Amino acid sequence: MRPRDIAPQEILPPVKSAFVAFTLIAALTVNLLPWSGLLLIVKPDFVALLVLYWCLHQPRRIGFAAVWLMGLTMDIADGSLLGQHALAYSLLAFAGIVLHRRVPMFAMKVQVLHVIPILILNDLVVLAIRSLAGADFPGFGYFSGSLIAGALWPVTCILLKLPQRFRDSQS
Amino acid sequence: MVHIAPEFFVRGPSAFARLLLCSLLSVALLILDARYGYLDGVRRVAAIVIYPLQRLAGAPGAMLNHIGDVFATRSALRTENAQLSAQHLQDALNLQKYQALAAENAHLRDLLAMRQRLAEGAIAAEVLYSGRDPFMQKIIVDKGTRQDIKAGRPVFGAMGVIGQVTRVYPWLSEVTLITDKSQAVSVQNLRNGLRALLGGTGDNSQLELRFVPLSADFERGDELVTSGIDGVYPRGLPVAVITQVERSAAYQFAQITCKPAAGVASHGQVLILDRDIEMPERPAAGRKPVLPAKSRKGG
Repeated sequence: MRPRDIAPQEILPPVKSAFVAFTLIAALTVNLLPWSGLLLIVKPDFVALLVLYWCLHQPRRIGFAAVWLMGLTMDIADGSLLGQHALAYSLLAFAGIVLHRRVPMFAMKVQVLHVIPILILNDLVVLAIRSLAGADFPGFGYFSGSLIAGALWPVTCILLKLPQRFRDSQS
Repeated sequence: MVHIAPEFFVRGPSAFARLLLCSLLSVALLILDARYGYLDGVRRVAAIVIYPLQRLAGAPGAMLNHIGDVFATRSALRTENAQLSAQHLQDALNLQKYQALAAENAHLRDLLAMRQRLAEGAIAAEVLYSGRDPFMQKIIVDKGTRQDIKAGRPVFGAMGVIGQVTRVYPWLSEVTLITDKSQAVSVQNLRNGLRALLGGTGDNSQLELRFVPLSADFERGDELVTSGIDGVYPRGLPVAVITQVERSAAYQFAQITCKPAAGVASHGQVLILDRDIEMPERPAAGRKPVLPAKSRKGG
């Protein structure tokens, strides 16, 4: 580990649980937007992105039950197999919680390199389930959403820390 | 005396235990859903719960459409109006022809004592969005059980068959497109009446004719219409046009690819048939088919 890979750590006031819930529901709503065509193919899974973010940064503020229910909601909204996203998000949350002492220590570039494989793993879980149920491989474009989500990671980190920074500067 | 140290950090079961529990629950749901299909009721109830969220997500798009409508220019409206009246005239002409033919047909069928084909009605529905599941070809439309839509009803666009309703919610229904891998339509070649099975490929601009012998008379440019023998689609609706025929001795069947007539993925409005297609009763299950008389031994 080279020193420039490690980011300076800042101490911020704790996150409010209501904010976590709000961002997750917002992500769900964004996922449910009527995407179509090329946008639908490259659309990142915002719920997966936020679940991973909160599990990495605030593992005490987000529980498996909430993550599992988010997955179930996605399954019902998509009309896909009941339980596929629930299982994938549970594994995602587990990966986040296991790595929560490690990933946030790194500089942003290195964080992205951690996040993309985890999100692709999430895609692979869904792909494995659907393949078992008899679906065809939908092409490599299927993984593009995770790459885009990786690119959005720095922006996500900045945006989701804004309320904490704001409270920090006020106090 | 046993001394028990107090627990400092009570955190409940470990993350791995929780993951195990969640995974087991998910796998149980998956098996129940994929293997036995027990969960349609649960799905319907849950869909009602998240319906407001879906409407909320759809609202900005609908609003943009609205704003677009308000600012439609006068000249654009005029051009459209002119086009539509020309189209209307043409359609009226065709309709007259059709009415005459329908009357004649009814008369002939009367004479032949044939079963009258029902006049079919359809419900117009608006396409809300295309399905997000990348493993299936689906669209979601804005009519559901409240408008008496039932699963299994065929769906058409202005140019031909689009697909079939596969799942119904109170205000929405899911239409599986004919390009989905699991969908098959019984079709007939308009040129020579040959019947075949048209299946989806999972690609929304391609269909394939399945199990067609190498010698069968299908050519590039042939139009395929529904044959009506599957009991799902009414007869004679355009489905696809053959774009490529490949006959190679390496395969048992001819490789025939087609293009959907209705441009399946690009629709704003669709029509859903509002009644089941009446089929003659099936022969009783127990009855054995009558075999042609065997010739005598050695004969």
